[in-house]
Amino acid sequence: MTVQELPGAAAYRPTPPPAWKPLTDPAPLLPDPEPYRVLGTDAVADADPELLLRLYAELVRGRRYNAQATALTKQGRLAVYPSSTGQEACEIAAALVLEERDWLFPSYRDTLAAVARGLDPVEALTLLRGDWHTGYDPREHRIAPLCTPLATQLPHAVGLAHAARLKGDDVVALAMVGDGGTSEGDFHEALNFAAVWRAPVVFLVQNNGFAISVPLAKQTAAPSLAHKAVGYGMPGRLVDGNDVAAVHQVLGEAVARARAGGGPTLVEAVTYRMDAHTNADDATRYRGESEVEAWRAHDPIQLLERELTARGLLGEDGIEEARAAAERMAAGLREQMNADPVLDPMDLFAHVYAEQTAQLREQAARLRVELDAEQGQDGTSGAGDGR
Amino acid sequence: MTTAAMAGEQTDKAKPATMAQALGRALRDSMAEDPTVHVLGEDVGTLGGVFRITDGLAKEFGDDRCTDTPLAEAGILGAAVGMAMYGLRPVVEMQFDAFAYPAFEQLISHVAKMRNRTGGAMPLPITVRVPYGGGIGGVEHHSDSSEAYYMATPGLHVVTPATVDDAYGLLRASIASDDPVIFLEPKRLYWSKAAWSPDAPVEVEPIGRAVVRRPGRSATLITYGPSLPVCLEAAEAAVEEGWDLEVVDLRSLVPFDDETVAASVRRTGRAVVVHESSGFGGPGGEIAARVTERCFHHLEAPVLRVAGFDIPYPPPMLERHHLPGVDRVLDAVARLQWEAES
Ligand SMILES: Cc1ncc(C[n+]2csc(CCOP(=O)(O)OP(=O)(O)O)c2C)c(N)n1
Repeated sequence: MTVQELPGAAAYRPTPPPAWKPLTDPAPLLPDPEPYRVLGTDAVADADPELLLRLYAELVRGRRYNAQATALTKQGRLAVYPSSTGQEACEIAAALVLEERDWLFPSYRDTLAAVARGLDPVEALTLLRGDWHTGYDPREHRIAPLCTPLATQLPHAVGLAHAARLKGDDVVALAMVGDGGTSEGDFHEALNFAAVWRAPVVFLVQNNGFAISVPLAKQTAAPSLAHKAVGYGMPGRLVDGNDVAAVHQVLGEAVARARAGGGPTLVEAVTYRMDAHTNADDATRYRGESEVEAWRAHDPIQLLERELTARGLLGEDGIEEARAAAERMAAGLREQMNADPVLDPMDLFAHVYAEQTAQLREQAARLRVELDAEQGQDGTSGAGDGR
Repeated sequence: MTTAAMAGEQTDKAKPATMAQALGRALRDSMAEDPTVHVLGEDVGTLGGVFRITDGLAKEFGDDRCTDTPLAEAGILGAAVGMAMYGLRPVVEMQFDAFAYPAFEQLISHVAKMRNRTGGAMPLPITVRVPYGGGIGGVEHHSDSSEAYYMATPGLHVVTPATVDDAYGLLRASIASDDPVIFLEPKRLYWSKAAWSPDAPVEVEPIGRAVVRRPGRSATLITYGPSLPVCLEAAEAAVEEGWDLEVVDLRSLVPFDDETVAASVRRTGRAVVVHESSGFGGPGGEIAARVTERCFHHLEAPVLRVAGFDIPYPPPMLERHHLPGVDRVLDAVARLQWEAES
């Protein structure tokens, strides 16, 4: 039976659906297809030379920090170290783009960002050294604890930024996540909340090519990670993650926009992890040397060094000075990390609840007896401060 | 379903009030007293929550203090973590027990551990309200008793009221606590009533104390939340059989009040733990072990458990067979007349 034969078909006029229009115009949210660059382009003319020199010194220091921390794992002084060698431009730009009142929400790979923000290098390594989880007061430094479960710190950044805005403070939260982390549910929930609440948050995805061994193509089918922003109603920006001036500029614009009440931005920085995932990983199982070589030619420090040298802003002296400062930092870190941390086992019970429960008091008393017995046996104190 | 009256309407002294009203009033009073208290969750604003606990809060305090969030439990609790980091006291509503599960990662990895991870520098004063348990004819995923999961997570307090007074007092105490509290609301008691007045001073007991709801000499029923009325009814019925049962309402599962419980069992020499959640790996096993460790020489019989079966929560037409009722409690009490097998 054809439509024409349906009884009464000629009289039927469908009711049009109620008017529909998109909530947001998607066009301005879309990222440019090419990652944004400053170094080696005309855009460099707008960059502040003083800032570039500061970024350079921090990059050199950061590279040295990564090398030193990796060396400390070989000496057994760190349990593990996820190096950010090759990604220093992202780490440094993220730290330097923030004002003191702003908050940084780092992942486990972002020790360097925390240090560049001013955190004591040894305190920043507490987690990876294994003497406690977080060695600093997050409120004092406005740096959330380095976050191990992937992407779970992103909703915290949204909640904090939202709370700050409710209180009338013009505080911005910048949250860092890896390419693998963008597949986690928390990533999506955080972006959605941030956009709906117009929270002053900047999400920085460091797309370093791999999540442990899994390449980006097996992680996502999206055109880019920055494109994901459109679905939530926030702008997505693509930037060359090895071009520190570009990362700083793009993050700077996002931070300014958030501070002015414009809402969140998703920034994807395209970079590369030069070292293995951690010191415990064997990267040769999943990538070839030629790929690594190609990225070595696009090294963030060399990119900036060449630019600064060509523009006559940096000479041999300046390079030497930056290296010497980095060496001093590394020597200090080595020395402090070579001292055994003083631990008090009774701290196991100290920070579970505001007030210890009866159950924990009982268990603490049992440990106390064990520690006292140990002390009796070998004449040494089981507890650091003798509590 | 009775719709809870707007919080604040009930001003007459000692007028009957429902548990739902008392909970709403506790939220309202906490928000009025402390501007850092924020309520957030699904449908908590305009609708007042699917159980109407948050009714009127958005109107009185604005959307910024009582916020309808996007539908994402991990996002809600994760945002609450950030809010608490910035000095607010978020009170999160999970719509139903089984819909809190997407938020478990946030709960376990962050809410429960932030104080510990930061060496005490960053406590998180978050209250998570979870309507829990069955008996309301809910379909799948609307009747779970999830307390064992929460109890197994160090760093959380786990609190559950069984009376209208406690609904108010314990919720006030939970919101005021500097530690995260899982506040389990026995949803089938939402409409239970008691003479209660929001204007009469309700003593806010500290979290962590159990109370004896009915004194007795011959055995102790240890229970909490939705099973309290069952146990009180069983105790009345047992009088005929010559049993004088004591009923202890735990009120707080973490911290656990060993003292009150052990003192009672030492007096009576016999104990039955009663709860709705499944028995295997459930709260009853922990409680029985604690009682045995403390009261072994006073016990005339093994500590028994009356719990839900070890099955996924059944469909509504069968739930009455699953939920421990008066008969099952009395049956256990009869088994306390225990003689060792030779
Ligand atoms: C929720 C969760 N699942 C798994 C892991 C184990 N893990 C640690 S790092 C990692 C890969 C992360 O990759 P990516 O997000 O790209 O960050 P990158 O390591 O490249 O910086 C995995 C799977 C984890 N930390 N958290």
